[in-house]
Amino acid sequence: MKNKFWLNVLMAVLVSGLFLTVSCAKKAVVSDAGTVSGAATTEDPNAKAKAEAERLAAEKAAKERAAKIAAARKAFENEDVHFDFDSSELTAAAKALLKEKAAWLTENVSAAVTIEGHCDERGTTEYNLALGDRRATAAKAYLVDLGIAASRMNTISYGEEKPVDAGKTELAWAMNRRAHFAVK
Amino acid sequence: MMKKNALQGLFCVLFIVCFWVPVCHGVTYINISNPLLKKSPIAVPEFKAFSNSAEEVKDGKTAVQILNEALNFTGYLKTMDPVAFLANPAQSGIQLSEINFRDWTGIGAELLITGGVLVESPGNVKFELRLFDTFNSKLLVGKVYTGPESQIRRMIHMFCSEISFVLTGKYGVFNTEMAFVSTVDGNKEIFTCDFDGQNIKQITSHKNISLSPSWSSDGKWLAYVSYAKGKPDLYIKNLKENRGAIVNLKGMNISPDWMPGQLKLAAALSFSGDQEIYLLTINGEVIKRLTDSLGIDVSPKFSPDGQKIAFTSKRAGTPQIYIQDIGSGSVKRLTFEGLNNTSPAWCPDGRKIAYVGIEKNRINIFVMSIDSGVPVQLTADSGDNEDPVWSPDGSMLAFTSTREGDIPRIFVMNASGTDQRRLLSMNGKQTQPDWSISDSTREGM
Repeated sequence: MKNKFWLNVLMAVLVSGLFLTVSCAKKAVVSDAGTVSGAATTEDPNAKAKAEAERLAAEKAAKERAAKIAAARKAFENEDVHFDFDSSELTAAAKALLKEKAAWLTENVSAAVTIEGHCDERGTTEYNLALGDRRATAAKAYLVDLGIAASRMNTISYGEEKPVDAGKTELAWAMNRRAHFAVK
Repeated sequence: MMKKNALQGLFCVLFIVCFWVPVCHGVTYINISNPLLKKSPIAVPEFKAFSNSAEEVKDGKTAVQILNEALNFTGYLKTMDPVAFLANPAQSGIQLSEINFRDWTGIGAELLITGGVLVESPGNVKFELRLFDTFNSKLLVGKVYTGPESQIRRMIHMFCSEISFVLTGKYGVFNTEMAFVSTVDGNKEIFTCDFDGQNIKQITSHKNISLSPSWSSDGKWLAYVSYAKGKPDLYIKNLKENRGAIVNLKGMNISPDWMPGQLKLAAALSFSGDQEIYLLTINGEVIKRLTDSLGIDVSPKFSPDGQKIAFTSKRAGTPQIYIQDIGSGSVKRLTFEGLNNTSPAWCPDGRKIAYVGIEKNRINIFVMSIDSGVPVQLTADSGDNEDPVWSPDGSMLAFTSTREGDIPRIFVMNASGTDQRRLLSMNGKQTQPDWSISDSTREGM
């Protein structure tokens, strides 16, 4: 939502900017028509167009950069670290993903995050709270090993209280066994 | 709760204590821990209206209905269909000398209850209640109760406690309550109800996730877990007075259990970075750390004598039930079959532990004698079954099951696994029952 809003603002600035530059150019042509030589008048619009194109390209790059940053943040929050059944051990895939998380956290030095530990529904409520606690702290500990300050991360176990998939399939259970990252 | 305790005081005054003393205290008529228990047929004919007023007849009918429901709840008594009755004590008399016991033994009634109702003043009722052993033509217990009509249910349940005591040697479940978790608008809140699922009361309104209610043994405190402050913290709440404590140490603060007879708790905390079980004061301060092993230690449950805890630990690689002596710290593993055994519940007789076992994604309740170590499965092929908790007399277990429409509900069963039935009818999902161990009838004795 927030990203969309800024995109709209950006577009509004761009469009109004276009109007302003066009009207300025016209004015210049009209007022200077009698005195300025033909060469000057033909060169001026070209430069303006070039500047315009550069500006547009810069805006586009900025937009792309912003989109990239937003996508990186989205990926950071949306991609969960998954675990095996009844396990809080980090798999090779989990470690690879946590390295990406560490890279993002290194780039975004001011970001503080909550790491949520979740479980599938098999197992009892209290045991799963403890297992979720271990999953969240295992993810945090690995990030600390990768050089991220412990003070930037806190952990919460939700046990089996917040499944992403309410199904009773192996796939649903696998999706629910996760450490989820939320930027504060 | 406040109202109830005030009423208890009132009853102690109004309550005219036994005019007949139970004849033989030593004999146990019914052994409630016998798995092959046969239900004893008990006759509850209509009550005698002493002055024959409509109010007395109405109160008598109310009392008989409450009595029937309560006796059938026990799982060891079965009330008989009045169509079979050959005599009507409401007309012929409710006292020992006025009863022809052959009328009752002839139809197979092993036990008989007679009752008399007298409305002394409008809205105030007096019950004269007797339990007879029909085959021995013997009065087992007789009591008189006086109180307002609004308290008929309570008076009848007090008599049921007497029946239970004379038959089983224990006061039973009639003055106990259940705490449990139920969803309200998608949030989990703590509730309480009477032993039979009546009088449902909402205790918390955190509008968040609340879990794991646990009664103190005096019935005045509830400990539970809530995410009200954003993470799993332990709440210790006095139900009567507006006071309590919150344990919100770093990490999780979960799975409380009260030490029997004392205002101390055990709970699993992870502030050290590892999930360990601690002994806490009622103010939530750590007295000492009980477990010391890398990996999950959770769900402590005190032995009835308060000397030991049973708990779930992953110290051997899979979650299993262990027993630890609090004084010496010595630990013994209880479960060896299966790869996932959690949620121990210590039977009030001290000899058995109920727990949850998971095999092939089926979650079921088991019970194990501590001495034999042999698991006995109590639930099967009926959804997921978890959260076992014993009734204070050890005759029953309450638990959560998804057997009806895949929605978790609270059920009860007899200790041997028979008579599994739903306890509560209410909206939402109900889980994690905890049975109060307060026995207020003792105060009245």
